Amino acid sequence: MFENLDLTKLIFGRLTWDAIPFHDPIILGTFAVVAVGGVAMLAAITRYKLWGYLWNEWFTTIDHKKIGIMYIILGLVMLLRGFADAIMMRLHQAMAFGDATGYLPPHHYDQIFTAHGVIMIFFVAMPLVTGIMNYLIPLQIGTRDVAFPFLNNFSFWMTTGGAVLMMASLFVGEFAKTGWLAYPPLSGILQSPGVGVDYYIWALQIAGVGTLLSGVNLLVTIVKMRAPGMTLMKMPVFTWTSLCTNVLIVAAFPVLTAVLGMLTMDRYLDTAFFTNDLGGNAMMYVNLIWIWGHPEVYILILPVFGIFSEIVATYSRKPLFGYTSMVYATVVITVLSYLVWLHHFFTMGSGASVNSFFGITTMIISIPTGAKIFNWLFTMFRGRIRFDVPMLWTLGFMVTFVIGGMTGVLLAVPPVDFVLHNSLFLIAHFHNVIIGGVLFGLFAGITYWFPKATGYKLDEFWGKMSFWFWLIGFYFAFMPLYVLGLMGVTRRVSHFEDQSLQIWFQIAAFGAVLIAVGIAAFIIQLVVSFKRREALKDETGDPWDGRTLEWSTSSPPPPYNFAFTPQVHDLDAWWQMKQHGFQRPESGFIPIHMPKGTWAGIVLSGISVVCGFALIWHMWLLAGVSFVGLIATAIYHTFDYDRDYYIPAEEVERIEAERTRVLANV
Amino acid sequence: MSEHTHDHDHHEAEGPHVSLKEYVTGFVLAVFLTVIPFWVVMGNVFESSTTTAIVILAFALVQIIVHMVYFLHMNFHSEGGWNMLALIFTLILVFITLAGSLWVMHNLNVNMMPGMMN
Amino acid sequence: MSDNTMTANTQKAPLEFLVKGDHHPQNGTLLGFWIYLMSDCLIFACLFATYGVLGRSYAGGPTGMELFDLNLIAISTSLLLVSSITYGFAMLQMQANKVKGTMFWLAVTGLLGAGFLGLEVYEFHHLIHAGAGPQTSGFWTAFFALVGTHGLHVFFGIVWLVTLLFQLKKHGLIPANKRRVFCLSMFWHFLDVVWIGVFTFVYLMGVLP
Repeated sequence: MFENLDLTKLIFGRLTWDAIPFHDPIILGTFAVVAVGGVAMLAAITRYKLWGYLWNEWFTTIDHKKIGIMYIILGLVMLLRGFADAIMMRLHQAMAFGDATGYLPPHHYDQIFTAHGVIMIFFVAMPLVTGIMNYLIPLQIGTRDVAFPFLNNFSFWMTTGGAVLMMASLFVGEFAKTGWLAYPPLSGILQSPGVGVDYYIWALQIAGVGTLLSGVNLLVTIVKMRAPGMTLMKMPVFTWTSLCTNVLIVAAFPVLTAVLGMLTMDRYLDTAFFTNDLGGNAMMYVNLIWIWGHPEVYILILPVFGIFSEIVATYSRKPLFGYTSMVYATVVITVLSYLVWLHHFFTMGSGASVNSFFGITTMIISIPTGAKIFNWLFTMFRGRIRFDVPMLWTLGFMVTFVIGGMTGVLLAVPPVDFVLHNSLFLIAHFHNVIIGGVLFGLFAGITYWFPKATGYKLDEFWGKMSFWFWLIGFYFAFMPLYVLGLMGVTRRVSHFEDQSLQIWFQIAAFGAVLIAVGIAAFIIQLVVSFKRREALKDETGDPWDGRTLEWSTSSPPPPYNFAFTPQVHDLDAWWQMKQHGFQRPESGFIPIHMPKGTWAGIVLSGISVVCGFALIWHMWLLAGVSFVGLIATAIYHTFDYDRDYYIPAEEVERIEAERTRVLANV
Repeated sequence: MSEHTHDHDHHEAEGPHVSLKEYVTGFVLAVFLTVIPFWVVMGNVFESSTTTAIVILAFALVQIIVHMVYFLHMNFHSEGGWNMLALIFTLILVFITLAGSLWVMHNLNVNMMPGMMN
Repeated sequence: MSDNTMTANTQKAPLEFLVKGDHHPQNGTLLGFWIYLMSDCLIFACLFATYGVLGRSYAGGPTGMELFDLNLIAISTSLLLVSSITYGFAMLQMQANKVKGTMFWLAVTGLLGAGFLGLEVYEFHHLIHAGAGPQTSGFWTAFFALVGTHGLHVFFGIVWLVTLLFQLKKHGLIPANKRRVFCLSMFWHFLDVVWIGVFTFVYLMGVLP
């Protein structure tokens, strides 16, 4: 039967048993843990008959709140994977000196640093940011869902599909060994003939579809669906920063799609975009991917600036200082973020005029960012500040981010960059702004809005533990890297000869351990809070005396968010409503028009994952069939016109009466 | 409450109103703007390539505007001006991407591969 | 529905904080689709930029000047141009609520699009035979990527158009279908705009001495 090898090739491509890393105890151990855990979880779901609930209430939901929560869960799960990679690198580097080679072979180490970067940016920071935006934007602008509810579900599942491929690379085959941006010619077919780069490409392309569509969706939501009276300059500042972020997403991700598409053609069709021969130009890849890459960092940081603005105003019990300047600063950053990309590759050698131009634009962009810092400081000035956990994260952010920003301005000077390019100084810088900025902000946001999403607050003690371990751990982990970078140590090195450097790596590893404790404290916080949920319950819907519309509804909000659409008169709409002694209506409810759940998102994403997997392994038959299946399913879905329903007035009345009863007991 | 017994797409007047005149004007203009550049190139009308290039690029630019106005019905008030805003922002980014890439990569070649630039 | 709101920002009258009655936000499909097209536009910008950068990298192989056939491009350009106005006729028919007419003109548009694609396939076939495939040099790689991506868009536009014909047949000119016809019109005219860039930047400028 097996003489017809072509058929085997057609079906299985290059997938053989060799692709399963039996020889690697670390991966095998991980696989065992994941497999046992996974089977246990599936068994538990089956045991408690949760499949129907999960399918109907979560997987097929088009409720932006549930989709937001699923994004956040995805981001937190992937954070564990990304951090596992991080601490493995830190421990390895702390011991791989002189005769000691550390415990990771170079080919494995290279996959780990690539996976760490890819996961942290695409599958941790992006889902967390998107999740919070998804959850909050409709609530903040006083509407019932996003503009395209089905697309929202589809976007989430595409992002998850990318994450699934990413995780599959751990156990089937390998991941890219190229660094997180996969520069050619290293990522070309000659230097990386394996499946690693293909996993990278298809995981990002599939997740990228989700990101792009969710960007379009949220953008239209903000433009079209604001409550009556909410003019642009009355939008909550988080919505403003989200608007700019989604503009950036829509305008930047196509560039990533295009450049990865070209790399794909180089690898699959033997074309000559980025090759060394036949007139290709590898630096064009670097140029294009940073046209996406630089806006990407603002995609991550802008919503977080919004989160901090909301938190600072609420916990200082003052309106945000300089709302207008905050908005303009955000818009200026949005535009400027497209004019700085070359500072990532000054050393390419494009000469003094180009380097000066991009150096100067980079320095200019720190001005609006600095303005924001002052706005937060002035908001706090003479405010009655409550040092709750979200505020602690905010203060930690302000100190840490300023340090990271200043090292960034140093790197913006081209001659300095020629010394520090690709050194650990750079690594320290961007972790300084991404951890100290994005991650702290996400934790602040999660803590701040957790009661809104679940109906109970997070435990203070474990929140503070998490914060302090993260903060101190961060400084231990990354300050040594500044020192090492100044001494000339480059990134992505798995073995060192100079023993005098070892102490700095050991301090950094200690910092990573502290961060691990911080993450553990966060998980404990979730568990403890769940157990104490009765004591921590938020029945008012407004536990922090908030200012924006999301606090005007119950915690968690009903499926329709607002029984009546709010009418907005001022910035800080909910604050104004409270000032005017707003009374909740208790009768006169009407049916509410809502979108229906749909199977299409998860199914389309599942087929996409199969198609991606088939393309990675060159299983041409499966790839072709699944691609056609994908198109056919999408077309079939467009024949479904019956996509909405009404929540009857009686149902609304019942839910609202229940809330009236709860409120009466507060 | 009678309005929501039907489905909720009761914004009938969605999208701009279009007219035959608009399409025909657009088409006639587009034909001229297409034919002339082809004629300029195929008939070797100008001696210098630079002149030809500038002329046909100018025609392309005008034709793109014609298509935008007459076929895509772009104006400053449809969708509350957001369409136009999105378009202008995109055009700025397209310009940055194109001009920036060409400038950066040209400089790279001049500095790093002077022999190949003749 | 905002006529139901009791905006009373005048003297002494209490502020009304809720919209009593049913409130429907505007439909965002047309804007959303336009924004999607803008992002698509940036994909083409990258391809144009790459073509610009690799535009002289012949690697000793054939050049565009040697192989481009402007007569062929003139024909395919006119097909696409005529398909723009036929789509316009479909829009006019739709505006007059005539399903049959809409479908007829859509079908004509689709056929013109298919003709355009046929010519493109012929051209690619011809080029590859003449020794200028996508693997030949950086220049031809960038050429096939740019022109091919446009062709792929036209192809999916036709797939969408056929789907839409079935949906029109089944449901007629209901608002949802009208929206779809409108979105496809934006897609179709957008591809036409991109093609202006392609024939000018790639073909006409490609044959200049």
